[in-house]
Amino acid sequence: MLATDLLQYTVSGLTLGVIFALVAIGFNIIYNVTEIINFAQGEFVVVGGLLAVFFVGLGFPIPMAFGASVLVTAALGFGMERFVIRRARNASILSLIIITIAMSMIFKGSAMSLWGKDPYVLPPFSEGGPIMVAGAAIQPQALWVLAVSALVVIALSIFFHRSVYGKAMLACADNANAARMVGIPVRQMVLLSFVLSASVGAAAGVIITPISLMQYDRGAMLGLKGFAAAALGGLGNFYGALAAGAILGLAESFTAGYISSGYKDAVSLVLLLFALFFKPEGLFGSSEAAKLKKF
Amino acid sequence: MLTVKSIHTYYGNIHALKGVSLHVGNGELVTLIGANGAGKSTLVNTICGLIQPRKGVIEFQGKPIQSLPPESIVPKGIALVPEGRQIFATLTVEANLQMGGYIHRHKREQIQEDLHRMLERFPILNERRQQLAGTLSGGEQQMLAISRALMSRPQLLVLDEPSMGLAPLITKEIFKIIQELREEGRTILLIEQNARAALNIADRGYVLETGKVVLQGEGTMLLQHQEVQRAYLGKGAKQIVDA
Ligand SMILES: Nc1ncnc2c1ncn2[C@@H]1O[C@H](COP(=O)(O)OP(=O)(O)OP(=O)(O)O)[C@@H](O)[C@H]1O
Ligand SMILES: [Mg+2]
Repeated sequence: MLATDLLQYTVSGLTLGVIFALVAIGFNIIYNVTEIINFAQGEFVVVGGLLAVFFVGLGFPIPMAFGASVLVTAALGFGMERFVIRRARNASILSLIIITIAMSMIFKGSAMSLWGKDPYVLPPFSEGGPIMVAGAAIQPQALWVLAVSALVVIALSIFFHRSVYGKAMLACADNANAARMVGIPVRQMVLLSFVLSASVGAAAGVIITPISLMQYDRGAMLGLKGFAAAALGGLGNFYGALAAGAILGLAESFTAGYISSGYKDAVSLVLLLFALFFKPEGLFGSSEAAKLKKF
Repeated sequence: MLTVKSIHTYYGNIHALKGVSLHVGNGELVTLIGANGAGKSTLVNTICGLIQPRKGVIEFQGKPIQSLPPESIVPKGIALVPEGRQIFATLTVEANLQMGGYIHRHKREQIQEDLHRMLERFPILNERRQQLAGTLSGGEQQMLAISRALMSRPQLLVLDEPSMGLAPLITKEIFKIIQELREEGRTILLIEQNARAALNIADRGYVLETGKVVLQGEGTMLLQHQEVQRAYLGKGAKQIVDA
């Protein structure tokens, strides 16, 4: 019985954790290139989930609805950079961050007027009941969440470490002036960072909706927990985000399981506060690099 | 090749360049010397498009470039080795070089070829190829910054104080590299505070003081010039009296 519970909570914790990690990776992509913390990141997840519901409603099969939702959300990310952030590019980083908060409200308001206040559900990606492992019931969708997240992370690390454009984005993050001096169009890399991170957010939204439903106002909490994972993992650090996401997901799931589900949201925030107090560079960040950064 | 005509550059209200003119001919090694705060880096950044001048014209191969951003100027053939090296510290040595060739990113063979040439030329970089560039020593970083700039196959190479913060022996090494580059027929604009070393290898030189060119001429001529000797070569006033 004990082992069964443990397994059950671990699986649901990890499922949750990789979603936090994907949100955190979305934060990191934009932060790395611009030093902006995009508080509309959680809204990308919500919009991704709701759009997938919309496309499935139109009769799209799941993979196509997935693709269409990611594309439309990527277009939103594009628009957000091109028509809002770029116009304010001479503002301070702090002002830009406040602009992203305003954008999150606009996204949330639009989602509410388009979809109303009800939660929506997507059918699981594959049919069939839960898989029984050692007495624990594992939802096939949880495996989909883990698999798709793993694919996203692998694709991103190949992109950043192998492709010219990925390296160019890292170069902008490292030293924007030097990047301009070798002829890298920094503005386009910033645009690309918003498109990429909107896509990653949307993917997270689509895979989680069959498990935990999606509602117009879920972005704030998702964003907050994703931010906690990003901060805990060391801002800008992808693998840190992954590990920290898993830690937060597991902590939340164990708290809900063994103590009370009333405390589950508090856990991430308490861990975030601890991190900010005692190790502001995050568990996996380097304190040297943190000293050089504004946030 | 490069002609700068009475450029005025401002930082807000600060008038940093007050009508600077200079030119660099094909195959020439021209140096620009001046004290701290004279406006050398401002001039370099204006040429490379990081700052827009308020007045004046910059022509590169006969075409005005003063209102272009750096990402349009680099493909025209100007590469900068910036002050303080500015390598990508968190990228590997190899990735730094690849980024230097960003404008040629679609010509994979050329990038590979140039990369090998750079690593052959600087064996120390070859040894450190997969290391993060931030872990290199100052001299190694300067070699990396120079090879990164060469990766774009520039027609004009601009170096902003390449000897800054380096030990005398390393400085000598860097000047040797610059001289070699020049013997290969490259056109170079060298910014320096190390006036003696720079004037020794330069065809011509300019002296910049508080945003204005106060002297210009052949390298050897400037070396002999009393004002230059007094202000930049550390020869005392007594010697001037003696002479
Ligand atoms: N970003 C800036 N904002 C305001 N003033 C600046 C800025 N950069 C340079 N200045 C001013 O412009 C003047 C010229 O500076 P510049 O950096 O071009 O000098 P420099 O000749 O390169 O000096 P150094 O030898 O120390 O590198 C200085 O008075 C400096 O204070
Ligand atoms: Mg300078």
